[in-house]
Formats: sequence, structure tokens, C-alpha cells
Amino acid sequence: MMTQTIVIDPVTRVEGHAKITIHLDDSGQVKDARFHVTEFRGFERFCEGRPLWEMPGLTSRICGICPVSHLLASAKAGDAILAVGIPPAAEKLRRLMNLAQMLQSHALSFFHLSAPDLLLGMESDPAKRNIFALIAAEPELVRSGIRLRQFGQEIIEQLGGKKIHPSWAVPGGVRSALSGAGRDSILARIPEAQATVLHALDRFKRLLSHVKGEAQVFGNFTSLFLGLVGANGNWEHYGGHIRIADGAGNIIADHLDPSQYREFIGEAVEPWSYLKFPYYRPLGYPDGMYRVGPLARLNICTRMGTPLAGSELREFREQGNGAVNSSFYYHYARLIEMLASVEGIERLLDDPDLRSRSESEEEPLLRAHAGINQLSGVGVSEAPRGTLFHEYHVDENGLVKSVNLIIATGQNNLAMNRTIAQIARHYVRSPRITEGMLNRVEAGIRAFDPCLSCSTHAGGMMSLHVILLDSAGRVLDERRRG
Amino acid sequence: MAAKTLTIDGRLVSAQSEQTVLDAAREAGISIPTLCHLEGVSEVGACRMCLVEITGCPKLEPACVTRVVEGMDVRTGSDRLHEYRRMIVELLFAERNHVCAVCVANNHCELQDLAADLGIDHVRYDYLFPLLPVDISHERFGIDHNRCVLCTRCVRVCDEIEGAHTWDVAGRGGNARVITDLNQPWGTAQSCTSCGKCVQACPTGAIFRQGSTVGEMERDRSQLEFIVTARKKKQWIV
Ligand code: SF4
Ligand code: FES
Repeated sequence: MMTQTIVIDPVTRVEGHAKITIHLDDSGQVKDARFHVTEFRGFERFCEGRPLWEMPGLTSRICGICPVSHLLASAKAGDAILAVGIPPAAEKLRRLMNLAQMLQSHALSFFHLSAPDLLLGMESDPAKRNIFALIAAEPELVRSGIRLRQFGQEIIEQLGGKKIHPSWAVPGGVRSALSGAGRDSILARIPEAQATVLHALDRFKRLLSHVKGEAQVFGNFTSLFLGLVGANGNWEHYGGHIRIADGAGNIIADHLDPSQYREFIGEAVEPWSYLKFPYYRPLGYPDGMYRVGPLARLNICTRMGTPLAGSELREFREQGNGAVNSSFYYHYARLIEMLASVEGIERLLDDPDLRSRSESEEEPLLRAHAGINQLSGVGVSEAPRGTLFHEYHVDENGLVKSVNLIIATGQNNLAMNRTIAQIARHYVRSPRITEGMLNRVEAGIRAFDPCLSCSTHAGGMMSLHVILLDSAGRVLDERRRG
Repeated sequence: MAAKTLTIDGRLVSAQSEQTVLDAAREAGISIPTLCHLEGVSEVGACRMCLVEITGCPKLEPACVTRVVEGMDVRTGSDRLHEYRRMIVELLFAERNHVCAVCVANNHCELQDLAADLGIDHVRYDYLFPLLPVDISHERFGIDHNRCVLCTRCVRVCDEIEGAHTWDVAGRGGNARVITDLNQPWGTAQSCTSCGKCVQACPTGAIFRQGSTVGEMERDRSQLEFIVTARKKKQWIV
């Protein structure tokens, strides 16, 4: 069969170097799309031979965008190998940091990266569709969004002492507590943070009625959703168990032990991507495709567990039938998670455990000390972008023998391809590349907020390279911009 | 002990005849960078960080093993010396895998401090990236050969202060490694008393306490000096 291929390269404002190919069949219809991840940092390899205790510090460098997520999953894998229960204050402090990370990461995704598309319109001039143009158009919204992100970063800094790459969580607990002054300064900023999220939610919901049509073709398909939920089915980000729901909102698996993930998650490889393609084993590959991240977490949980986010969830669910399937609603889910994070942070700050002291000492007990008691361990937590698995095998002294990581972007890989294919199918009308199609493909990927370990390009021109190829590999159309 | 008078960086300095140029300079408040030097143990002159220029002397001399001489004229800092020191530190970085950001000794490391003092922001040589082992078989301590600069401070404290001589050096040139006992895993080294002096002595993150995470390895070298002084002055014998 004759096929044509459109290549979009690189995707801007996505955190990494990636290439997109859109494959047309001989009638010019979109057959398939692929988001190629050609960047590979080989982290799993160079952790081998290192002491277990270095793993949180090492793996938190996997990604400059979500160091905290790797830090926590790694520390949890370490806890499992030490076979210790960590002090309650340590667990709550880790939770606090994860919520702060969720907040700052989602704020970056929404306000810096996606708001220009959402609020300025996809058809607008790309040179004028960036954070700077948005600042000119909506200075208050942008300013409050920037402050919200900075608020999350401040909490991380209060805890870890350093904005990026904190090596604060360690196997067995955490290294330091939250100071009284730190707690007070976080508490003081809660009302503003909450107002910012509520305002953004309100803006987004008003926008929804205008973009409903768009949302219909924006990665709107049924798939499984996977993530952690708490013991009572509540929205969860740090502990709990794995739940899997289908595209109609039915829970198809529940109470799965995250440390036994190999029993229910398989990992396929494709020659055209360095990312692995995880799938739900019972359904096989690629039918076992599932989505993780904000949309998945909101689809699988029974309730949010906090009042404001709880009522937003009920409203959110009206967008779907059982489950909300359009990937466009990742943005919406992200906003609700920001609200849950702010509420959760406030709740944690009031928790007496955070201030629990041991009998003789000033600081609460924070760190369990132990040697190597298990030769392998799995740590699972919810990163802003989705469920993150770290699995380590060590020798009896604690030297790492092998590492397996399953990251959110890998798990969303198949869904991203389907999203791109769907968008392209809708907007590709001829063997020419239109601005509107490009913008939407890019925005479609951005809905997943993929992290590919490179830096964000929050502002400036998009630099796109688009090539349209026919089945023989001949270039039909080629466009560069930026 | 006869006193000697010499000039260091244009200043007249008096020193005792047994003293080294390094001692005399430090006593006079003139700093000379060092790496293999450690208060309380013998000098080996191995790292060459402390090289100085001496008038009338065609080659550079290591200050830590050069005795003061009457009328000596020493210069401790010149463009040439700076360039050599820089080269030495860059070569140390290129030779093994010193990744400060994830190192247990980050912010408490003499190699890192030297690099900062010398203004090193990049390394001109190709990194060798050898794949060296980490030995954490000892119950309390560990050694990461990737971060060892072969200063032999561990060897000397172990031999001269503790008297155990667990540490030694095996191999030559690029293959040189510090070893415990006859190149046995540290955890099985029978001569090791687990005193921890090598942990205090090590200038980098090479020897560390088990369980240390990034930046947690702080050392207290004054403990070593304290023991040596107390022993020399027989402070423990009443
Ligand atoms: S282990 Fe430390 S003290 Fe021993 S030679 Fe290497 S760098 Fe020096
Ligand atoms: S300090 Fe003098 S040679 Fe090392």
C-alpha cells in the first residue's frame, strides 16, 4: 500500500527532543502516528554498581523537571530493601513534598506551556502564541500562575533545601524536618494559592463550552486508566494500591500490590523509540494500552478526599460517561489536582505528626536506620505525569545490580500516538502541512505533559520541522519554523 | 634547633631548621594548596599541588617535603604555578569519575575546593571514565575507587596512627589502587580495626560511612591531629 509520512521535528515546549511522524495511506488519510523518543540517557545502566543509598540522589537527576518524583520512588524502593517502616513524620513530609511537586509541575504545564494555546487560540500566529503574548493579554492570570509554581518550589526548598535535585528523601526516611518558620510561611501563602487555582479552574470551565468540538477529536478514545488509590479508593499520590479502570469507568482491577507490578504490567519495545511501551498484561500488547497521570487518577479514584477538589471532581465527571476519555481533559484534571494539592498541603501542615518529637530530641524521628534486609525492592509513587515505578536489585552489601524504571511518559506513549493520529486525521486534508494542524498536534502532545529529560522552552518561537513524505520516502512538503 | 631565615613571597620569614617550606609558610599565614599532605602523618610529596618556585633552583619543588634553607627565596603563587596546579587537578578529574553533584562528599571535598580555588570550570583533557568498583563489604564504611585520588592519606593514617596497616597501594600508574589487606574485600580484612581514621583522612568521597547520601560525608580531621598531639606530648600518661 502507498503510504505517506509527515514528520514534525522537534516538538517545542515539550520537555525533550522528539520527532513525530504521521503516516498517511495512499488515499491521503492518516493511518498512524508515532512520537519518536530518540533520546536515551542510560540511567538504568549507570546506576549499576552504585551503593543503594546513592540511588535517590542519582535517580533524581534523571529528569530536571520532576526530580522529586524520582527521589521519592527511589527512597521508597530503598525502604523496601532495608525492609523498614519509616517514621510517620518522614512519610508525611515526603507526602508534603510530593504535593508541592505536583503543584509546581502542573502549574508549569498549565500556565506556562498550555495556557497560550488554550487562551489565545490554536489558530493564532505562533509568534504571538507564547507565554509572553499571554502575559500581555492576561497579565494577572500569568502572574498568579508563576507565583503558584514558585509556591510549590518554595515548599520543596523549605524541605529539601535546594530547588532542583534535592537529595532529601533517603532510604529509611528523610534527612530533615520542616522548620516552624517554614511551616508558617507556607501556611501564609495557602489562601492565595487556592484563589489562583480556583480562578484558573473557573477560566478553564468557561472556555470548555467553546472548545467542546475540539475536545472531541483531541485524543478522545477509550483506554484503560491506571494509578494509585488510597485504601478507601481516595485520590492518592504516594502510597496505597494500584487500581485499573476501563474507558467506561468500570474498575477492572483493584487492590493490586504496586511491588508486584510485573505480574500485571508488561513492557514491549519498538525499534523506533527508546521508551518502553508498558501495557496491562491480561489484555496483551497493544490492546492493554493504558493512560496514567492526572486524567487517569481522576478517572480511577472513588473520591478526591478533600472538599473543594471533591466537588470539582463531580463536575468534571459530567464531561464523560463513566470515564472522561478525551485527552484534552488532562488540562482540566491537572487543575483539579492542583486544588487537591493545595488542600492536601494545608491539611498536612496541621498534622501533629509533622511536629512529633522523640522523647529526648528536638527533631521528630525522621530516619530509620537499617542494613540490607531484602535483595530487591520496588518503590511506586504518583509523579505529576503519572505512576512511577522504581525497581532495584542489590547484592548483600547493597550494591545495585540492576534497575528497572517505568516512567509516566512511557506508559502514555501509546496513547500519545493515538492522540496525534486522531488529531492529524481530523486536520490533515491534503499532502500539505497546515499551521492549524501543526499547532494542534503539538498541543495534543502537550496535554500529556511528557517529560523527556530536556528543558522546557517556556517562551519564544516554536521551532518546528515538518516533513511530508510519500510511501517511497519522497518529500512532498517540508516546513520549518522558529 | 637552629632558626633559619628565608623569604616567602617577598616576606622575611623565620623557621626552625627541621621545618618544611610548607610549615614555614603556613605559620606565617601564607597558604599553599595541598592534597596529599595531612597534619599528623608523614609526607609523601605525591600530589605536587604544593609546588613552589625557589630562586636558583631550576625545577619546581614540593613545599611539603622541602626543608627550609637559610636565605631561601620562595614564591608560592605565579602564573606558571597556577597553570601547573590547574593541570594537576584537571588530570585528577579526568582520571576517574568525580561527579560532585551526586557524591557523598559534595561540599565537603578537598578536591572540589581545590578546583573552585583554582577557578576550574571545565576540564581540558578527555575523561577516561574507568569503571571502577565500589567496596561496601565493610559493616560501617565503604570505598568508591572512582573517587580516589591516590593521595595515600588513608594508608598513612592506618599505618602511622592506628598501627594496623590495613591499607596499601597495589598496581602501577593508571592501574594503581588502594587495597585493604592483600587486596581482599574490606569487610574481610582481618587487620582492620574499624577505627575509622581513614574515613577522617580521605580528602574526597572515596572513603565514606555506610548509608551516606549526597553531601552527607563531613569529616573531622582535627580528631587525627588531636590523637597525634596527645600521643607526642604523652597527654594520656599521668
Ligand atoms: S581512598 Fe581517599 S585517602 Fe585513600 S588514597 Fe584514595 S583519596 Fe586518598
Ligand atoms: S601536598 Fe605536597 S606533594 Fe601533595
